Amino acid sequence: MKRESIVPAACAAVTYTVLCHPHHHTVFIVLTDGPGNKDDITRSKNEGKELSKEEKQRLRKQKKQQKKQKERKNEKSETEKEKTPVSLLPPPRPVATQKAPSALPAPASAPIPVPASAPFHSSPAPSPADKPAKSKAELKAERRARQETDRAAKQPGSSSSGIKTKVPLSELNPVVKRLPEHVQVDDPAVVKRLAKKLERQQIPLRSDYGYKVSLFSHLHQYSRKAPLTQQLSIPSTVIHPSIVRLGLQYSQGIVAGSNARSVALLHAFKQVIRDYTTPPNEELSRDLVNKLKPYISFLNQCRPLSASMGNAIKYIKKEISNIPSQCKEEEAKTKLLTCIDRYIEEKIVLAAKAISKYAIEKISDGDVILVYGCSSLVNNILCEAFEKSRKFRVIVVDSRPRLEGREALRRLVQRGISCTYVLISALSYILPEVSKVFLGAHALLANGYVMSRVGTSQIALVARTFNVPVLVCCETYKFCEKVQTDSFVSNELDDPDDLMVTRKGKTQLENWQDVSSLGLLNLVYDVTPPDFVDLVITDLGMIPCTSVPVVLRVKNLDQ
Amino acid sequence: MELQAVLMAAGGGSRMMDLTYNTPKPLLPVGNKPLIWYPLNLLERVGFEEVIVITTKEVQKMISTDPKVKLDVKMKLDLVCIQEDADMGTADALRHIQQKVKTDVLVVSCDLITDAALHEVVDLFRAHNATLSMLMSKAHEFTETVPGQKGKKKTGEQRDFVGVDDTGKRLLFMANEADLDEGVVIRKSIMRKHPRMHIKTGLVDAHLYCLKKSVVDFLADNKSISSIRGELVPYLVRKQFSKSTNSPKVIDETHQNLKKNDSNISSRDEELLHLTQERSCWNDHRGDMSDAYHGGRLRCYVHIMDEGICYRVNTLAAYIEANRLAPKLFDEPAVHPSAVVSERCLIGADSIIGASCQISDKTSIKRSTIGVSTTVREKVKVTNSIIMHGVTIEEGCNIQGSVICSNAVIGRGADIKYCLVGSAQRIEPDGENWDYWV
Repeated sequence: MKRESIVPAACAAVTYTVLCHPHHHTVFIVLTDGPGNKDDITRSKNEGKELSKEEKQRLRKQKKQQKKQKERKNEKSETEKEKTPVSLLPPPRPVATQKAPSALPAPASAPIPVPASAPFHSSPAPSPADKPAKSKAELKAERRARQETDRAAKQPGSSSSGIKTKVPLSELNPVVKRLPEHVQVDDPAVVKRLAKKLERQQIPLRSDYGYKVSLFSHLHQYSRKAPLTQQLSIPSTVIHPSIVRLGLQYSQGIVAGSNARSVALLHAFKQVIRDYTTPPNEELSRDLVNKLKPYISFLNQCRPLSASMGNAIKYIKKEISNIPSQCKEEEAKTKLLTCIDRYIEEKIVLAAKAISKYAIEKISDGDVILVYGCSSLVNNILCEAFEKSRKFRVIVVDSRPRLEGREALRRLVQRGISCTYVLISALSYILPEVSKVFLGAHALLANGYVMSRVGTSQIALVARTFNVPVLVCCETYKFCEKVQTDSFVSNELDDPDDLMVTRKGKTQLENWQDVSSLGLLNLVYDVTPPDFVDLVITDLGMIPCTSVPVVLRVKNLDQ
Repeated sequence: MELQAVLMAAGGGSRMMDLTYNTPKPLLPVGNKPLIWYPLNLLERVGFEEVIVITTKEVQKMISTDPKVKLDVKMKLDLVCIQEDADMGTADALRHIQQKVKTDVLVVSCDLITDAALHEVVDLFRAHNATLSMLMSKAHEFTETVPGQKGKKKTGEQRDFVGVDDTGKRLLFMANEADLDEGVVIRKSIMRKHPRMHIKTGLVDAHLYCLKKSVVDFLADNKSISSIRGELVPYLVRKQFSKSTNSPKVIDETHQNLKKNDSNISSRDEELLHLTQERSCWNDHRGDMSDAYHGGRLRCYVHIMDEGICYRVNTLAAYIEANRLAPKLFDEPAVHPSAVVSERCLIGADSIIGASCQISDKTSIKRSTIGVSTTVREKVKVTNSIIMHGVTIEEGCNIQGSVICSNAVIGRGADIKYCLVGSAQRIEPDGENWDYWV
């Protein structure tokens, strides 16, 4: 067996471990840190401190390495196995190795919702995944990657974890590297930073309300009775009046639902753009984006932004910054307004039509369809199907405290569809009658999980147990790059006072704040794993849940 | 710009002529500040930077010349004068300034003293895209005895019937007792849409309205409406539920005409708003098959204050009550620093002494307001009274529960109980005056 040894490049605290597979002629280079650093990380994890960027990097790398070592041990024991079931995509170009880790299913995505694209040093690592014979192209790719790491390591001031050294490569993958502020409310440093930012933008800070259940103490919890407008001046000068109106409508729940919120947001932005005038010595493409930032912070304070709103904002910001500087102001403004109109038309209205067309194929006569809550898209589909003379009946499942199912029920019955109404506690009693479940989604995450109204995951779970097909309907503009496997990490806490109900003049939970051991939790969203979802109907077609990252990649390439 | 503030200061004070025959109502001193200061302070605190003040020439002259009338506000005041004898109602005044009105307006009356949170009223106006949003308060009984009125009052103070829906915010019905013949008549269409309605009578209308710009333009076309409170508000409340009629000058048409003017922009926006409402899973009522707001475009909202100060100073009783409570609204010291107060006098904690006063020895002042430049000589007892500016009170007087207007002179040893002494009057020394007006 030939052994090749490669002189490791001079890199301070990183040690190269040269492993040689006993049965194949390939050499794998795995970078590990010294054992001392590992202890640091475990210690800080045990202490519960927030891991710094470097430590997270190291942790991820170590996990990968351990997994690989385990795999190699398994390999050694099963010498007959040539191929492994591990499905890692061979990197087509060294550049694309950055994207390959993000397609890895589980390892890097555990409780940290940051997509695992960062472990740069292990870019040669996907290749040592036990492929029997490496083609010349793959070897070349490995060598190129190795050269790049060496080059980067030679840069001055490169730290052991090498985050800064990968700056040129990170431009290709503009992914969030920091935890968003709204999931770190229990960290006083982050809260202070947010307060300072809001002060700079002249937006009042909304204070949290009531006792928060400890598992969710990292999220904001606001009271509807303390609106943000209390601290604003009445003819609002800092914030455009249509944005103030929008914020009020969000926080009072008058505009609720992912699609409605996005449309209202874009409508308000149209007003803002119409009333905007470029100050002298400024460019519209840069100044308008800066003008929009405080408005977005304000709206975020009123109610946390949804994934669809986030995508819409990204789109607008991109359109604004793409306006050429020699464009006149009027022209630029009309261009932006038409862009917004086109976005709404394409992504929301036409997408709904396309989804209805696909979904109606799935509805056959005699179906009993179960829906949950009030999803504008699902209601649309059912109304269209009814108009195309499909014979079906609907079971509307509802849950407290929002009781949105009542509104869905009203809209369906108004069209003449025969409906049954139950609460979610009766779900397992009613499921034997159901032939299909249609669910709406608030967002579709990059790992295939469906984020939707709280209770959806239970519906999907019980439906799976009864072998009832679950179909999720979602437009592509709601797909987001976030990765989440549980409902704790990132969620929204609604006003806990909504859980109080008055029956016969008595409100039992009226003085819940006085009871020190009582906390009221009013969650808004939950995530459903892709195993419980049979089909996702989007405007691009009917896809399985696991194809969401493909759609995201295609979208990114388009843009 | 979102809202423009309009302050109506041209009212005559017809229900307290004895106080206002000499001093115009906006400049009556309450807690030693002119009455108009209170709404201006409210607007300034909330964040307005300019106000359109509709007033008479007399008031304008006094504001600019009289040193006693210091307004102390940092806002820009745009004074618009109207003729005193033109007998203009509030709606007429609004029509008069139609050219200056560029956005939605917030109309305030000069006699409003309140510490209400204005954002509640304006939030209703913004969130529901309402045509009208107003402020009301639970009425408090006036506890002070009013000079010159024998026995309990309850003269024909006409009651207002206000109907609100279950949430207490949407205004469904508004009528004054004077307009009703035998009973309260409520249309079936209202009952069908809002089966549960609460009718309240003990409410004080604060005369603070948020109106859409289209309402001001509608007023310009309909010259028959002359009072906001008496005619415009009941009209708008009724119009919420009527189907579009054949009358040409209907407010819905004004809405649409305006929209046609900026045609392309607004029709697209209307579509988007409609799409938003269609996709949103919210409804303001439940139990019937209709969409949010029953598909109506005109909506009127009211915010009813439970607690807090809210007074309209348009009667003598209200004036006295306001003087009692005014010090709570601002935190200036009770005794003005420039007043000369001798050591041996007893000044109660809830009294206010104005600037440049001279209070001599052995006087006792309890629960009273002493105006600017007033002279109070020795051994005077003042209880529960309001003394305006420039009054001279000679020795040994005993004043109880009275209102002494400006520049009056009270002779020595006079005993005044529950009287109203008019401007520049003289009370003879050693007179005993009980319960009447001078």
